[in-house]
Amino acid sequence: MSWLTGHAGEIAARTLEHLLLCGTAFAIALTIALPLGLLAARRSRAGLPLIAALDAIYTIPSLALFALLIPVMGLGFWTAVTALVAYAQIILVRNVVAAIQSVPSWMVDAARGLGMTPLQVFLRVELPIAAPVAIAGARVAAVSIIAIASVAAWIDAGGLGTLIFAGIERQDIRLIAAGTLGIAALALIADGALRVAEHALRAPTPPAGG
Amino acid sequence: MASIRFAGVRVAYPGAARPAVDGVTLAIPSACLAVLLGPSGCGKTTLLRTINRLQPIDGGRIEIDGRDTAGLDPIALRRRIGYVIQAVGLFPHLTVAQNVAVVPNLLGWDSQRVSERVDTLLAQVSLDPQSFRDRYPSQLSGGQQQRVGIARALAAEPSILLMDEPFGSVDAIVRASLQKETLALQRRTGATILFVTHDVEEALSLADMLVVMRDGHFEQTGTPAEILTHPATPFVAELVDADDALRRLSVITLGELTASAARGTPLPEEPGTIPALDAGVSLRAALAVMLETGAPRVRVMHDGREAAVLDLDTLRNAVRR
Repeated sequence: MSWLTGHAGEIAARTLEHLLLCGTAFAIALTIALPLGLLAARRSRAGLPLIAALDAIYTIPSLALFALLIPVMGLGFWTAVTALVAYAQIILVRNVVAAIQSVPSWMVDAARGLGMTPLQVFLRVELPIAAPVAIAGARVAAVSIIAIASVAAWIDAGGLGTLIFAGIERQDIRLIAAGTLGIAALALIADGALRVAEHALRAPTPPAGG
Repeated sequence: MASIRFAGVRVAYPGAARPAVDGVTLAIPSACLAVLLGPSGCGKTTLLRTINRLQPIDGGRIEIDGRDTAGLDPIALRRRIGYVIQAVGLFPHLTVAQNVAVVPNLLGWDSQRVSERVDTLLAQVSLDPQSFRDRYPSQLSGGQQQRVGIARALAAEPSILLMDEPFGSVDAIVRASLQKETLALQRRTGATILFVTHDVEEALSLADMLVVMRDGHFEQTGTPAEILTHPATPFVAELVDADDALRRLSVITLGELTASAARGTPLPEEPGTIPALDAGVSLRAALAVMLETGAPRVRVMHDGREAAVLDLDTLRNAVRR
């Protein structure tokens, strides 16, 4: 216990670093993935090669991807963010595509037939129907980013991975446990928060009858 | 009030062996209920969707009230044409009231007017506004969903209503009552309705004008009675089962028959022993009455007065080919 109180400051600092790293990566990844996903869903000619390319990035082991970026970007925060964004892309883009395609064609047809403009069809019909599906994908991406971000410590980007690497070096199981549990807690919290958002956005489906 | 005119309308899907709609020409007068009847793949839905320009045309022109629709803004055009799609088509994330209010909201009506309109429409399609407004489509039966779909299509008082196999997903009893309500609604609003179906019974019972389609062209156009009594091609005869004499009797009313036939001679018998039927009753129903009561003739009443007398021979002649 006294160990924990002695290291509370560092654990908190590393957790904040981890949050900042992952939050930044997640926000940038979403900003890129939404238009890319929309494009891929609407234009399969552009979408298929795009998804193939993102798939290829995903097959690179995380440690190797970080290593590959060092000669280009050097060490540090933004290198780690770049790697995390690249990883999250395929998960997010695939899900945005799946989400848009989950809107039945008859629904889009009805919306157009009633006289909605393309923008109105998107905002009033496609987005509300697709959002819960897309957020389900965002949950997976968020958890992946939080887990992979532990490797960021290896390129001096900080975060809870720092505790794990330090623990391995000093053969201190307590440091490893603190880092691991911290990451797991962050992942659970992020997953839970997005799950709440997903449920709030789901079309109400109360028990049938009446 | 709106008339629709197709002039050489053609739709060709890329890569298809033949055009989906192959140069059809037809004038549908205002306040007419026209039914497009044909097997699946005959082009009837495609033709329907050319009217609100969901389906672009590759040739010919479509006029509404004499104006070429190609020159109109498709968004504005769709907002003044009611559209009831196959398989209901309600938005699952919106309540019944929000679904019905879609077009009025697009048109920018104020919320008070929208709300009143929603209540009026729900009542018109036999749904109690109080208990249905705030429900979601998933909480409704198939028939109730279909009623909401019709209310939504009627929301902005369109002069044209397009209905694409609207009752395909409901059971026979609900379908019959929805058909009856569609007819009543059409008489009340005076809307021009274009109704697509592959159900012959439905087509015969609803149509003012029946259009039989096959492979992208019109096989025959006419009233149900004309098509049943004088099918133009073997395909039409088979499709509508024109050999069925009872079916032919079912689409002709007593009034239609007696208007053309010579007036019957005054009856020697006591009038009380002869069944009296309204002129709007079908010949088939009249025959059923004769068979049931054993009466050799019926009196045809028009506005409460005896207009003619009809006997079995007249019926027989009407159905003979």
